[in-house]
Parts: sequence; C-alpha cells; structure tokens
Amino acid sequence: MEVKDQVTTKSMPYEAWKDNEYIEKLVQELRDSGTNVLVGSLDKLINWGRSNSIWPLTFATSCCGIEFVSLGAARFDMARFGWEVARASPRQADFMMVAGTIVNRMVPVFRRLYDQLAEPKYVIACGSCAISGGPFRKSYHVAKGIEDIVPVDVFVPGCPPRPEAMIYGIMQLSRKIKVERFFGGVNRQESREEFLAQHPITEE
Amino acid sequence: MFDFSLITEWINNALGTVFPGWLVTTIECLMIGVGLLLVYALLALFYIYYERKLCAAFQCRLGPDRVGPWGLLQSFADMFKMLIKELITLNHVDKFLFALAPYLVIIASMLAFAVLPWGNGLQIIDFNIGIFFLIAVSSIGVLGILLAGWSSNNKFTLIGALRSGAQMVSYELSIGLSVLTMVVFAGTMSVGGIVEAQSNLWFIFSGHIPAIIAFIIYLIAGTAETNRGPFDLPEAESELTAGYHTEYSGIHFGFFYLAEYLNLFIVSGTAALLFFGGWMPLHIPGWEAFNHIMDFIPGVFWFIGKAILLSFIIIWFKWTYPRLRIDQLLSLEWKYLLPINLVNLVIMVLIVVYGIHL
Amino acid sequence: MANIQDKIAHLFPEATFEEGEILLINIPAGKLHELAQTLRDDNELAFDFLVTIVGMDWGDRLGCIYYLTSTKNNIHVSVKTSVEDRDKPAIPSVADLWKIAGIFEREVYDFYGIIFLGNPDMRRLFLSIDWKGYPLRKDYDMSSDQNPVSIENERQSDFTTVYERNDKGEIVSREERVFQEDDFVVNIGPQHPATHGVLRFRTAVDGETIQKIDVYCGYIHRGVEKLCENLQYPQTLHFMDRLDYFSAHNYHHGLCLCIEKAAGIEISRRAQVIRVMMDELSRIASHCLFIGTFCMDLGATTMLFYTLRVREQILDIMEKTCGARMTFNYDCIGGVMQDLDKDFCKDVKELLAVLPKNIAEYNKLFTGNVITKNRMEGVGVLTREDAISWSVTGPSGRASGWSCDVRKTDPYSIYSELDFDEVTATEGDSMARFKCRVEEMVQSARILEQLVDNIPEGEYCVKVPKMLKLPVGHWFQLVEGCRGAFGIYIESDGSAKPYRLKIVPPCLPLAAVVDHLTRGQKIADLITIGGSLDYIVPDIDR
Repeated sequence: MEVKDQVTTKSMPYEAWKDNEYIEKLVQELRDSGTNVLVGSLDKLINWGRSNSIWPLTFATSCCGIEFVSLGAARFDMARFGWEVARASPRQADFMMVAGTIVNRMVPVFRRLYDQLAEPKYVIACGSCAISGGPFRKSYHVAKGIEDIVPVDVFVPGCPPRPEAMIYGIMQLSRKIKVERFFGGVNRQESREEFLAQHPITEE
Repeated sequence: MFDFSLITEWINNALGTVFPGWLVTTIECLMIGVGLLLVYALLALFYIYYERKLCAAFQCRLGPDRVGPWGLLQSFADMFKMLIKELITLNHVDKFLFALAPYLVIIASMLAFAVLPWGNGLQIIDFNIGIFFLIAVSSIGVLGILLAGWSSNNKFTLIGALRSGAQMVSYELSIGLSVLTMVVFAGTMSVGGIVEAQSNLWFIFSGHIPAIIAFIIYLIAGTAETNRGPFDLPEAESELTAGYHTEYSGIHFGFFYLAEYLNLFIVSGTAALLFFGGWMPLHIPGWEAFNHIMDFIPGVFWFIGKAILLSFIIIWFKWTYPRLRIDQLLSLEWKYLLPINLVNLVIMVLIVVYGIHL
Repeated sequence: MANIQDKIAHLFPEATFEEGEILLINIPAGKLHELAQTLRDDNELAFDFLVTIVGMDWGDRLGCIYYLTSTKNNIHVSVKTSVEDRDKPAIPSVADLWKIAGIFEREVYDFYGIIFLGNPDMRRLFLSIDWKGYPLRKDYDMSSDQNPVSIENERQSDFTTVYERNDKGEIVSREERVFQEDDFVVNIGPQHPATHGVLRFRTAVDGETIQKIDVYCGYIHRGVEKLCENLQYPQTLHFMDRLDYFSAHNYHHGLCLCIEKAAGIEISRRAQVIRVMMDELSRIASHCLFIGTFCMDLGATTMLFYTLRVREQILDIMEKTCGARMTFNYDCIGGVMQDLDKDFCKDVKELLAVLPKNIAEYNKLFTGNVITKNRMEGVGVLTREDAISWSVTGPSGRASGWSCDVRKTDPYSIYSELDFDEVTATEGDSMARFKCRVEEMVQSARILEQLVDNIPEGEYCVKVPKMLKLPVGHWFQLVEGCRGAFGIYIESDGSAKPYRLKIVPPCLPLAAVVDHLTRGQKIADLITIGGSLDYIVPDIDR
C-alpha cells in the first residue's frame, strides 16, 4: 500500500510534532512488509475509523483524573476530536487513560480492566505516577510505573499533565493508530501469561 | 401533494411485465429491505451526530468538528471502528441468548419502520391496524434487553435488565392509552387513515386539550420507552456502569447503541404521525395560499423534520434533568400518568361522541 | 483545663498529665476504656467528638494517642496509652463509645498491628488481607521482597476477626461473617464512575434495597505518612497537594501552621492574607466541582460543564500566581512561595462579579427541579448525634446542625478577624448537604471581598533556616479543608525529619458513614448519598 511519509492530523503541521522519527520508523516497517493494494486500502479505511474514534474508559485514580474531567469540559472540549464518548464498561472502550497512581492493591484490578478491554486496545500512561511512581516511588505500596503491568502506547509526563498535554498525547496515539496493520504486525494480542513471560515484574 | 404510490406502482408494473408474480414480490422485498437498511443506518448515524452536537451546544461546547466537514463523518468513523472491534466471548454465559439479544433489539426497531408513513404513498405496508402493529413490535425490544441482562451473567446487567423490564412494562400502558386516545379521535387504526384525517388540521390543534395531554404523556412515556434520560435507569451510567449492555463489545454493543437512537426516531416519528399529521404539511383552514405553498415541500421532509424536532425535545430532557429513582419512576407512571390518561381517554370519547371538535 | 485534670486525677490516680496546648493524659492500656467512658459520658466533660486516633511506634513501645473534643465546651484533650508487647500488642477498643472509632482502630491495626480488643471488625483497612508486616512500624522492611507487586487477584474473605480477652486474661479470637451466605452481594468499585475514584463498596442488596455496605479502602493507599518520615519538613509539604487535590492550599496551610507553631516562626500579615485568600478560592473551586460531579451522578450531566466554567476561571487566577493548575505547592514554611501576580486582585474581582450570577443559574437549573428534590430530600438523613459520633465534619456535618467549622471553633491565621457566617442546616439530608456547600461558596466570596482590597504590603515569606529542625515534642493542628476538619499531628525527635507525621483526613469518616446512611435505601440513593458526602478517595487512603 502506498504509505505517505508524513502521518499528519488536521490543523497541526507535521513539523510541530515531536517524536516524528518514531512514527517514521513505523511507516518504514509498513513499507518493508509490502502489503498488497487491496488489503492496504482496507487498512487505510479501518485505520481512519479507528484513529478518529478513540473512546476512553472512565478510569481515574487520583489528581490526573480531575484534569481528565477538565479535558472534557468546555474549555478543552475533547468532543471536538470525538473522544467524549467515555464508556464506563471496559468492553466498549478503546483506550485507557491511566490517570493517577497505581498501587499494589490496585494492580490486579487494573490488569483485569486491561484484559477486559476489547481489541484493539491502547494504554496511555498519564502523569508521573503512572509512568514511574512519581513522587511516591519510594513508597512500600506503589507500583513503579505501569509499564511492568500492561503494554503502554503513549506516555504523557506531568504531575498532573495539563489538559493540552493530554490532548497532545491522545493525538499522538491517533497518529500511531494510523500506521497500524490489521493482519499481523503492529496489532498486539498479549494474554496475561504471554505478557508475564515477557515482562516479569521486577523490583529494584 | 405528490403521491409516491405512482412510482411504486410503476416499478411494480414494470417488474410485473418481465418477471413472474412470485419473483416480483421477492425482488420488491429485497429492494425494500436494502433500502430500509440503508435508511436505518444513515438515520442512526445522523442521530448520533445530532445528539452529540446538540449536547455540546447545551454544554457550551463545540462538539465533534474534526472528522470531515463540521465533524459530519464522526459517527461514520465510530461505526467503522465498532464493526471491526473484537467481539468478546465470555465464559459462563448462555452463549445463544447472549448473541441473540442485540438482534432482537435491532429487529424490534426495524419492524417498527415498516409502518412509519414517510410520505404520501411512501410507506412499506399500510395495515388497517398499523398503529397496533407499531405498539406490538416496539415491545419486543424489552425482550432483547431482558435477555441481554440475564444472559450476561453479571449482577449489574441483571439489575439493569430488571429495571428495564419494570419500566417498559409500565410505560407501555401509558403509550398504549395515549395512542388509543388519538385512535378514538381519528376513528381508524390505519396509519394512512390517521394521516389523511389530519389533512386539514393536525390533531394537536383539532383535538382540544385531551390531545395536548395525550401528547405530553406520550412524550414522557416515549422517553421512558427509549431508556433515555431522565428515565435511563437501565443503563444509568453512574449506578450500573453501562447497565444491561455492560458485557457487550464491538458491533453487538453497536446494535444497542444504534437501536437506542432508532427508537428515539421511532418514538418521535410516531408522535409526529399521531399529533402532527405525519407527512402532512402544515395546513391552516382558511389560509388557502399558505396551504398551497406548504404543499410544495415534499412529505418526506415534513415527516423527518417533525421527527427531528420532536427528538430535539427528548434530547433536551436528557441533558437537563437528573435521573429518577426506580420507585419514583414507577409511582409517576402508576399514580399519575395512568389515571390522568384514563380520564383523558373518557374526555376524548365524549368529545368524539358529541362531535365538539374542529 | 485544670478542672479536667483535677477531676481525672481524682478518678484515675494512675493517670499522669502533660500540660501543653492540648492536655495530654497518660493512662495504662487497662484503664483506657474506663477513662474514655468517663470522658464521653460525664456531663461536664462531654468529649463526644473523637478527632482521630494516632498510632505510634516509640521504638520500645507501641501505642495510640486519642484526640478528643467536647462540642459542648469546645475544649480538646488527648489521651495516650501504650503497651510494650511488640508481637501481639493489644489495647481495649473504644468502638462502642464513638462509632467512628471502629474505622480509626482498623487503620491503626493496619499500620501498627495493634489489636483492639472488642472491636467488632478487626480487619486490615488499607492493605490487602495477605500483606506481610505493619508498614508504619519503625522496623518495617521497606523493600518489596516480602510484598511484591502481583497481578494475581488478592484473596477475598467474607469473614472478620474479633479479638477479646477471656476470663483468664488471654486474648482469644473468633471469626464472624461480614455477609450472610445467601446475601446477593454486588461489588461497586473500585472502577466505577460513581465512587469518585477507586473506592470499593461491597453491597448486599435485596432487589433494589441496600442491606449492608462494606467499604474497602486502600486502592490508592500511597503510604504518604511513611514517606514523610524519610523527608525533611519542607519536602513533606508537596504531598499535601496530592491528598485532597481540591483542598491543596488548605492542606498546605495546615501543615505549614503546624510546623511554624513548632518552630516558633511568625509569618507576615501579607502572607497570612494571601494564604487565606487562596484557601477560600480553592474552597469555591472545590464546591463548584462538587456541584458538578454530584449533579452528574444524579444524571444531570450538563451542570458539570457550567460549574467547571467557574472552576476554570479560579484555576486561571491560581495558575497566574502559583504556576500550576492543580498541584500548586504554594504555601511554604514562613509564608508563600512567590508573590501575588499583578493581575490577582483584578481577576478575583472579576470572579466575584460573576459568581452570584452563576450560583443563581445553578439553583435555577438544578436545585429547584422537582426530580432533584425528590431524589435528595430526606435521603440519607444524618442526625446531629450521629454526625458527631461518626466524626463527620465539614459541610456534611454542618448540614446536620453541628457547628464544626474549624474557622469558627478554633480560629487560625486571620479568620477570627473576618466577618463571615458559619453555614448550618438542620435537616441532615442530601439536600441540606448540597445547599450548605452552595451557601459556603457565598460565604467564601464574602471573605474574599473583605480581603481583596486589603492585602497589606510586606514580605511574602520570612527567612527560615534551610535545614529546619523542630524541637523535641509533638504538635497538633486542625484547619478547615474543603471537606471538613483536616488535622496534622507531628512528633519530632529533634532532627530535621519528622519522627511521625499523622494526617487526619476529613474524608475517611465520610466514607465510613456511608454504610450507616444507606441501610434500607435504594441503590440509586447510594449514589446520591455518596455524592453528597463528597469524599475524595486519595484523601481517605493517603
């Protein structure tokens, strides 16, 4: 399929994006795999649908969750991008904005929520607590980043990240989805056991 | 008014000259089926967009505006995504019933489409008991919801389904009685007949106060029928996560999602049919020139326009009122709406008997 | 104060006393229950409000400090008791005297392993059932070897343990069922839109009627108190932003006051005025969000967007001065971090101009609605006695007719000079709690109006030593957060780090009282009651 070099979004110039190299790498991978035209155009259609309709799961544990609420409010209005259909049931959501600290007791619940999301599913680690444990890293009851628990697609730093940063993060996710392939490749299917085998939970 | 039956007759005759009778029927059924599905899908997608935009306007927001011009393609993108999203199969569920439930819901709403009068002669089937058929098929939907809640083997869905059962069965009465009031007034159960009866003046104007009361009750009960706020207890998000469809993913959830909006259209379409003359243009007795101009607007536009305007009111409810509690919901129906409705029916009968309507 | 001391000394000759800001009574564990009973039931003393139970590990001894307040006389007293046994420390429970004590004792048991004899529900509160060790003990091994992160589900038990002393004086335990075998238990949370975070209710329902709720906390327990023990005083401040993130300024204020009181630092009047203004601004913002989320819980989503509009405006004001939208870290020891923005007064005046209009709009849209009234009036009635016994402070307590505003009862900073009313109601239902908060916004606006033109010149922060060390001793400070009385207990051993820093969250009693309020109500009422109590889960769990 014909893959453009530049994965763009509406009303944001390509140069304004960070991490373009990462997306370009994905594009290169797609090109090298040499998908045929028919499947390629189908992929395009599917990716157009997927990348424009990413519904979040209403999931928040602490401060970042409140900024996520602000994101839905009139000033930042994530409805413009079609993200406002926040589903409370993980079966119907597309991505999980991990907004807040994940503590030991929450880890099994969190992983189960991830398992309950229907494919294709994405995870955004939002805020320093979700990325690394943040200010609570040294605590006895805090998971040191969610990367050990679920595969993460986008990291949004901040404590808490500003709503603008969250918008940027979700738009990056949307760009990432645009270079996905339906049959094989970027779409991951990791069961609990496979994931555990690849990412044993390690402690410092 | 332009009569669509001319076109349908012509197609029928044209096919009849080429094919034998049984094949003609089959081809026509197929054509209608395809057309119905197309209209169905387009209408549902439009309604999703419509509600999202309206809700955004109520909340001082912009609403979807990125995908396509003015965000028009937003719901198409949602649909594409939903079509190819994983269908999660669960352990410990009744797999057959679990899979059947969304189809029941969608079939119920599709069947109701059969009798809606889209325009002059543009109606799939014009029964002599059309309204009765409409009420009958729209109550199949509750079966799907009950099945969905029960077969998911989840406590939230079960509570949602039971709530839905109690709610639908109760409000079915109100809908039935307010429709009955209008049937008494029209003197016919045929959808075409009801529309014809309003050619001079819509029932909401000619039916005096009983028609207005029946309309208000119909609107309240219709909102409850479609499980929308403030009666959205079966899927009360803050109480039961997603209610009866908590366990459904992918297009199965999509069916529930679409059916909700389609039911909204059916309820407001039926209201337009019963109280606002269906496809009949706005006619004011005595204003011949005005009536004549109104006749130029095709009936399809009248019908859909009326339905959309009525849906606007129902959507407005949803985004303004808080949700009722289950006991308040039932007491509203059994203690207030039902008695009022019965009295209203009697008044309507008296009006018809003594002929004191316009 | 001396009066109390005489009286107690007369009744309990073994008690010793430590004079101070708050009288401290030392009592052996065996006599604790008797003393507590006297303190509560004696007509003159009437210590009916248990502020908190501070668990302590003094190295050789484990024990508790009970902070008590008499709502009649508005005096405070603290009771200290300790035991030497570290393997199976046991203290008699006071759960039969104060209803909230049951939860407070579970917290101490969770952190220190102190068993409370006679507590009907001696389970861990925050940590999972299989957690090894008691984290706030000084000899706790912080490495995660003994309690690794696991993605396997934690063990569930329907049983709770009750410890009692038998006739021979030995401690015996017996198991009791939390839920009966045929109860239909619905699990609400931790991931649920209406629990305002990761709180979990195991709810036994009969159809739509709630029979019992078992509250599970700890899904966001981050061990702030333990973390603080390894940080210097100025470093502990930033955790206050992340407990109740809506009362960030108030909590900062509380901790700063406590440290300043201990270190004997006088701050300038300008800093005091700025702090109070920030407190009241965040109170308005917090109550705005409360109205929004509460209405959203009831199904009126649109209100959230209207209230967030005002909140955004306040956040703008704060952002200009503090540089952040949520975690401000603005109050510091000795004053505030930086001076006010030059637009501050203008912005606040603009806010004050639009606020009454907005509140009128909220009332028009929501409060007067007939559905709202039906959903809220008479739902979850909390009587004044229960509010005190459950330690439900803040607007929720005041809605039950209990004047518990710390700004009035124990004025701190410049609150004693300000002219504002304490908002109380008598109904004690969800509607009263809602209206109290709306009215408090008006009162906060009044305070702002008085201050906005009277910000004195001066330095915004006095010089404090970089390496701040507190003298040996202990201090307790209460401030009024947005959700109730927020307390800080600091015990210092003379070093630059606190020996013990106990945070008294207003939200823990709010979550604990849910079971009491929802018995016999409908599932939908649980949402109304939970929403009207307005707890913040990270504040409960710390």
